[in-house]
Amino acid sequence: MPPELIADILWKVLFAVIFVVVIMTFAAYSVLAERKVASWIQGRVGPNRTALPGLSAIPVIGPHLVKMGIWQPLADGVKFLFKEDPIPGHVNKLYYCLAPAIALIPALTTMVVLPVGQYTVDGIAHPIVLANIDIGILFILAVSSLGVYGIVIGGWAANSKYPYFGGIRSSAQMISYELAMGMSILPVFMWANGTEPGLGGLSLFNVVTSQQAMWLGVWMPVPAFIFLTALFAETNRLPFDMPESETELVGGFHTEYGSFKFGLFFVGEYAHMVIGSAVFTILFLGGWNFLPDFGIDGLEWLSDPWSRMGWFGSVLSVLYFIAKTMFFVFFFMWVRWTLPRFRYDQVMNLGWKYLVPAALACIFIYALIIGLIDIAFAVEETPAIVQ
Amino acid sequence: MAVKVVDRSPLNLWEKTYLPQVLGGLKITLDQMLKPKITLQYPEERPVIPNHYRGVPTLVRDPNGREKCVSCQLCEFVCPPKAIRITPGEISEDDEAAHVEKRPKDFEINMLRCIYCGMCQEVCPEEAIFLQDTYSVSGYSREELVYHKAKLYELGGTLPDQHYKWDRKKEAAEKAAAGGHH
Repeated sequence: MPPELIADILWKVLFAVIFVVVIMTFAAYSVLAERKVASWIQGRVGPNRTALPGLSAIPVIGPHLVKMGIWQPLADGVKFLFKEDPIPGHVNKLYYCLAPAIALIPALTTMVVLPVGQYTVDGIAHPIVLANIDIGILFILAVSSLGVYGIVIGGWAANSKYPYFGGIRSSAQMISYELAMGMSILPVFMWANGTEPGLGGLSLFNVVTSQQAMWLGVWMPVPAFIFLTALFAETNRLPFDMPESETELVGGFHTEYGSFKFGLFFVGEYAHMVIGSAVFTILFLGGWNFLPDFGIDGLEWLSDPWSRMGWFGSVLSVLYFIAKTMFFVFFFMWVRWTLPRFRYDQVMNLGWKYLVPAALACIFIYALIIGLIDIAFAVEETPAIVQ
Repeated sequence: MAVKVVDRSPLNLWEKTYLPQVLGGLKITLDQMLKPKITLQYPEERPVIPNHYRGVPTLVRDPNGREKCVSCQLCEFVCPPKAIRITPGEISEDDEAAHVEKRPKDFEINMLRCIYCGMCQEVCPEEAIFLQDTYSVSGYSREELVYHKAKLYELGGTLPDQHYKWDRKKEAAEKAAAGGHH
């Protein structure tokens, strides 16, 4: 193998490891954030005791970090890791052990195509992404819904009735909401590819650059809402946590799981949530665009101040993107501790009778509007598809 | 009786989406989140114990440092869960408190049995046992949680005395012996 290729592979592996570490850290700290947000909403304080010997002794900062519960995820992780890991006698051992991994891996795989920021070379913006492939969103939709297999297999392998119910519900829910989700983002890509000249495609970077004038969440509130609702269902978050619904199904699909296998399910859910929030930010909240510039000439610095600041701008764009994503992770939690769980038939009703037709209607309406805009304003700038 | 007419008009389209209610709920939880917390950080911060709180039963001394219990064993007999056991003891003649009837050789209260009913305090003719403000009792063994005399006096400390019953009795006896007013 030529040394350049080896170096290239090593670089890619390094980047991938960085991505995994960052996403897993965010997932772990989302667990802490969830506990903190839950506590605040319930008028409590939340984890504020876990201390690391040494680090917590740093004056001023140390006690403050302890109070914020910064070390709590470490303690949780270590606990999950070192607990006894019994396998119940009645389970199907192969699938029982496989399921948590299957639940976690898709959540981590989707981040391959997730652009998290931009860097500029010779005036052209490039995404900071592991693999900038054309089918970005398709890849995310396809792979992230594989996560349901982990839940279904886990529920089935556990070989008792409540996990089984959880698994079945999960698969039904996933199918119902996958549809609405897929349809709700069609207007986004029509917009991203329609009015602006350039290569058409499903790349997420394209979507972000097309939102410099106006974030799509503002201009397409209904698809954004449908997507968000479906995202709640896809990530099994309340008010749609049918697979888990602890009041009816004990623990749902992970009733029979303990210690590190449960930990994998748990982190998988939060990784899903982080990735889902990131995707929502990219599709509807302008990704790392600073503020919408309303398409006014001379105001480009408002939507894209990063390309004027060199490498520092790239770092800022990533941080800004993370901040937006974190807001949505917070929103997930906020909603979780506000709304009660839907009944199962209500979930199905909402999915099939309201969200799917609404998403369909959105496709037609936005297709019409975008087509009219194309005819009225952008005829001379022939879209790339026609070329 | 006043009749309150509840508005049950059908929901309009906006209300049917449940969004107004969802948004209202989100606002409530957000307000709740931003409120200052009233949590007491327990082991470091302790609650204010109100007067006459019924905590752990303790033995007290009078301001002169005399132990007030005379081991009459009334508390032992009245104690519903039989948590108290007293071993009475004599007071030797040359003792400073020789004029007092008796004193306990040992006074045991089993804190695992005590139900904090306060009947020992109520029944005590000497006002020697009080349920005070100690509320947190912990230990590593059952034996450790049987509090003996020393520990009980340590917890009880000194309380003001209105009567000085035994001292007055001694005074009266001395006066009588000196051919007092009788």
